[in-house]
Amino acid sequence: MGRDREQTGSMFTQDRSLPKALRVLLPVIVFAVLMGIWEATVRLRDIPPYILPAPSLILQTLVKDWSLLFASLLATLRATLEGFLAAAVGGIGLALLFNRSKWVEDAFLPYAVILQVTPVIAVAPLLLVYLPQHLAVVACAWIVAFFPVLSNTLLGLKSVDRNLVGLFALYDASPAQKLWRLRLPSALPYIMGGLRIAGGLSLIGAVVAEIAAGSAGSGSGLAFRIAEAGYRLNIPRMFAALALLSAAGIVIYAGLSAVSRLVLRRWHESAIEGD
Amino acid sequence: MTAIVCKGVTRRYANGIDALGPVDLKIGEGEFVSLLGPSGCGKSTLLRIIAGLDAPSTGSVTVNTRARSSRSIGFVFQEPTLMPWASVRDNVCLPLRLKGDTSAASLARVDDLLARVSLREFADAYPRELSGGMKMRASLARALVTDPDILLLDEPFAALDEITRFRLNNDLLALWRDLRKTVVFVTHSVFESVFLSQRVIVLTARPGRIFNDRRIDAPEPRDENFRTSASYAGFCREVSALLGQASMRDNGQVA
Repeated sequence: MGRDREQTGSMFTQDRSLPKALRVLLPVIVFAVLMGIWEATVRLRDIPPYILPAPSLILQTLVKDWSLLFASLLATLRATLEGFLAAAVGGIGLALLFNRSKWVEDAFLPYAVILQVTPVIAVAPLLLVYLPQHLAVVACAWIVAFFPVLSNTLLGLKSVDRNLVGLFALYDASPAQKLWRLRLPSALPYIMGGLRIAGGLSLIGAVVAEIAAGSAGSGSGLAFRIAEAGYRLNIPRMFAALALLSAAGIVIYAGLSAVSRLVLRRWHESAIEGD
Repeated sequence: MTAIVCKGVTRRYANGIDALGPVDLKIGEGEFVSLLGPSGCGKSTLLRIIAGLDAPSTGSVTVNTRARSSRSIGFVFQEPTLMPWASVRDNVCLPLRLKGDTSAASLARVDDLLARVSLREFADAYPRELSGGMKMRASLARALVTDPDILLLDEPFAALDEITRFRLNNDLLALWRDLRKTVVFVTHSVFESVFLSQRVIVLTARPGRIFNDRRIDAPEPRDENFRTSASYAGFCREVSALLGQASMRDNGQVA
């Protein structure tokens, strides 16, 4: 038997993309330029730090207050992680349940939507009434993060190749085999997409709840530090805490993107690197 | 012995369209039969009914296989229908895993089949790394891995270029000569059906009924010589005429 030519999809891999080094370098350059302008403006116009602190002062504050801010960062990250895990488990689990039964989906999906469209900042004070503070923060993170996981997983479970479903039926596959060998792998790219969004959202949910909680204490998170520094007009510390929050968000997103690429790299178009 | 018997099979879709039939058809064990018809005539539907993937609205289908416990049928879809997340070997293994049959003999058959379809070096490749023809061959190997008595193919090579299609036609005939499965092959290509089959069943436009059951009495083995022979051209001309009449027949409409 002959063999036909091997073709790869390489002709479709991104010609428009820049060299990898440049893609990392460009945002860094933009960042440096912006910081330079900021620093120069503050110095030249002699703006007082309680109006606008210079980047150098923010950095100093970050170093000076590190022990305080780092403890708060850990508290926020812990709530974020717990909320994220709950969202991942809850979102995927609920999607599987919805996918099994159209009745369950019709009965409960509207409530999932209501939970999603109600602004979490308005819900947070209520949660704080009924739940201990840490649990309320985690619940907030969960509320905003679980919906993208749910809806993406649902979409993924519904996008299974019909012929593959027929093939599994032909060989009398059990429900468990259909789930583990067909539905979940098919939905994986969608699930990863949902988790990537959920990572950032769970941080936002945690921060919102912390701001609403507003109480002091050793376990208080970065959002509380921002609010507290605001009352004291300690503007540099506000910026330092904000910078830490941004960094945390970036790390979460990059981490989840890396996991997604790792999981999908051998087969899904979204994760295939230009060869 | 007859392998497949269809008695008065019809299929009406939920929207009230009559897609098929009634069809009465007997296919003998080891026969290579093509279902040829204009697009939309229900030939794929008939194949899916034979496979048990679809149920007839009326009538019955009887499939006689050696192993009565589980349906011993291999099915090749119009698209390769491989799992993109699994290697070629894992794709070919899938039917065995689903049946819980991972005996050494069965796994040896996987390697044997991969060699037969010239994919041994690509066993660990992923489907996206394969060409269209290679994907289809992997799909063919998967359909044969349970050693079924009956092989059903639903326009498997329609999306391939002509050179690749000719080669796969030759490969399929070689497999059939070696393994002697009962083959039902759905196509809308006159040339393909004549080249491959012992019998060409010409179906009418929707709802598909059997218009003609033409035996192709050409000597074996069929190869490139047959493809360029006068007798091949004669059969093709004849079957083309039948297909033309079949397409015109229903309600006087051209399909």
